[in-house]
Amino acid sequence: MSNNRVAVMKTYKLLIGGEFVRSESGRSYEVQDADGAFIANVAQGSRKDVRDAVVAARAAQPRWQNATAYNRGQVLYRLAEMAESRRDELVHQVKAAEGLSTPDAESTVSASIDLIIYYAGWTDKVAQVLGGSNPVAGPFFNFSVPTPTGVIGVLAPTSSSLLGFVQTVLPPLCSGNAVVVMASEERPIPGLLLGEMSATADFPGGVLNIISGQLGEVAPTLASHEDVDGLDLTGASIEQAGEWARSAADSIKRVFVPRSGDESLSSLRRLRAFIETATVWHTIGQ
Amino acid sequence: MKSKVGDHAQSVDNVVTLVTSPGPRIDSEAHLVATLKALPGVDAVGVEARVAKLATRSIKTSAKKEALDLALSMVDLTTLEGADTFQKVRSLCTKAMLPDPRDASVPSVAAVCVYPDLVALAKDVVKGSSVKVASVATAFPSGRASMKVKLADVEEAVSAGADEIDMVIDRGAFLSGQLGRVYEEIVAVKEACGTAHLKVILETGELVTYDNVRKASWLAMLAGADFIKTSTGKVSVSATRPVALVMLEAVRDFADVYGQKIGVKVAGGIRTSKDAIRYLVLVNETAGSAWLSPDLFRFGASSLLNDLLMQRQKLASGVYVRSDEFSVD
Repeated sequence: MSNNRVAVMKTYKLLIGGEFVRSESGRSYEVQDADGAFIANVAQGSRKDVRDAVVAARAAQPRWQNATAYNRGQVLYRLAEMAESRRDELVHQVKAAEGLSTPDAESTVSASIDLIIYYAGWTDKVAQVLGGSNPVAGPFFNFSVPTPTGVIGVLAPTSSSLLGFVQTVLPPLCSGNAVVVMASEERPIPGLLLGEMSATADFPGGVLNIISGQLGEVAPTLASHEDVDGLDLTGASIEQAGEWARSAADSIKRVFVPRSGDESLSSLRRLRAFIETATVWHTIGQ
Repeated sequence: MKSKVGDHAQSVDNVVTLVTSPGPRIDSEAHLVATLKALPGVDAVGVEARVAKLATRSIKTSAKKEALDLALSMVDLTTLEGADTFQKVRSLCTKAMLPDPRDASVPSVAAVCVYPDLVALAKDVVKGSSVKVASVATAFPSGRASMKVKLADVEEAVSAGADEIDMVIDRGAFLSGQLGRVYEEIVAVKEACGTAHLKVILETGELVTYDNVRKASWLAMLAGADFIKTSTGKVSVSATRPVALVMLEAVRDFADVYGQKIGVKVAGGIRTSKDAIRYLVLVNETAGSAWLSPDLFRFGASSLLNDLLMQRQKLASGVYVRSDEFSVD
C-alpha cells in the first residue's frame, strides 16, 4: 500500500427512522478533537429533521412498547455486543472527543457497554420493581402497571460523549419509549457511532433517532413539539433548561432535569422519569 | 388559435380540424375514434421531468397559508369502505362543515363523497351548508355491471339528493378499443344525472400509459363530463402527479377548443399537505389560475384533511402539532 492513497473521509449522518440520512437542509459542520484538530464532517440537523424524527419515533413506538420485555432486553444486549466488537473505534473517538488518555478512554467505553447491559437486564424487571398489586376493599385485583410515556426527546450531555449518551438514552429505551436524541453539539461522534451499531442490533427503525447539530437551534423545536411526550434536559444549560421546560409545559410534557451534584449510574431516577403508571382492575375469578 | 409550445399546439390544432362546434361534437363512433387518434402521444420523459421540476417550488409563509386554505376548500372528504356506518358518515359530514371546531376561520371542505345508499343521510346532515354531497355510482369501483344496473345506481343516488356523481368508466371496454361504448355510457350517465355534476373516474392506474390517460380524458370531456377524476383509490396505483399533469393539459386544451372549463379531481394516496401543494403548483402552471377553485379542482381524500389542519395550526402557532389533535375518521 503506497502512502499516496487518497484519504477516505467519513461524514457522519443523522439516524432517522432507521435510516442514515444527511440533514434535509443539506448542511454539515466540522467537528474537532479536544486539541482543536479536525476529526470529521457531521450532518447538521435542522428543525425539519427533528420533525421527521418525531414522526418516525411516533410510528415506531407502539411496536417497541408491545414487544415483550424479554425481546427488548435481547435487542439492548445485542447493542452491547455490537459496541463491544467495535470498541477500538469507540475508544479512538472517545479519546479524540474528550481528550482522554487511552486507559481512561478504555474504561469509559467499558463503563458505557456495561451500562447498556445493565439496562438490557432491566427491561423485564421494570414491571416488578416499579409496578405492583394494590390492596383494595373489594373482590378485585388491582395492579399498577408501568407503561412507557411515548416519544421522548433527549438532550444528551455535552461533555460526556459516550457514557453520558448511554446514560440518558438507554433508560427511556429500556422501558419501551421511542427516543429522539440531540447528540452533544461539540462531541457528537461517539453517540452517532452507537447509532450505527444500533442499526445492526435489531432495533425497529425509528425507535432510536439521533440528530446532531446546534443545540440552540434545534432543541426548541423538540421542546415545543406537541407530539413529544417527554423531555430530558440533561444536555441543556440552566438558562436553556428553564426556557425549554417552559415551552415543554405548553404541551404538558414530562420533563427530566438531573439533580445537581453527582448522580450514580445505577440510579432509578432516569428509568422512572419516563414511565407512566396504569392502574388495572380485574375481578377475582374462581 | 393562439400558438403554444410543443405538443400542446399540435394537439389542439389536430382536434380542431376534427371536431365541429357548435353542433354535436361527436356524430359517430368513427368520428370519435378519429378525434382521439389525432391526439399526439405524450412525451413521458418530458412530463416526468416537468413534474419533478415543479415539485422543487418552495411555497412558504403567507403563500403556504393561502395554499393550505385553498386545498382545504377543495377536499372531497371521502369514505368508501364496506364498513361505513351511519355514525361514521354523520361524523364525517360534521367534520366537512367544520373541519376544526376550535377555529371558525377554517373553510369547510367542498364535498363529502359516499356510497349511494348513504347519500340521503349525508344530505340531511350537511343541509344548509355549502358542503356538497358526492356519490360514487355505476358499480363503483370496478364498473363491472350491466348498463341497466349502472343507470339504476346513478338514479338512486340522484334521487337521494346527490349534488355530484362520481362514475367509473368501463376500463375493460376502453382498453379493448370499444371507445364508442365507453362514450355512450358516459353520455347515458350524464343524462341520468340531470342537474347533478358528473365526475368521470378514468382509473388511470389501470390505463397503463400516459397516451391512454390523454385519450380517456378527451373521451370523457367530449361525452359531457363536468370533471375528470384520476382514480377510485381502490387499485394499487392511485393519483400520481405526472398523470395529473397530462389530465390538466387535456382540460386546458379542451377549454382552448370549446371555451368550456372542465374540472380535475385527483384521488387516492394524497395524504400530506406537501403533496397537495405540489398538485396546486401543477394546476396553476398547467391549466392556469382559473382552475385554482373548488369548482374546477378537487382532492379526493380522507387523511389529507388532518394533515392540512395540522400544517395550518403549525403555521399559526409555530409549534408542531400532535396528530391526535384532530378527529380520526
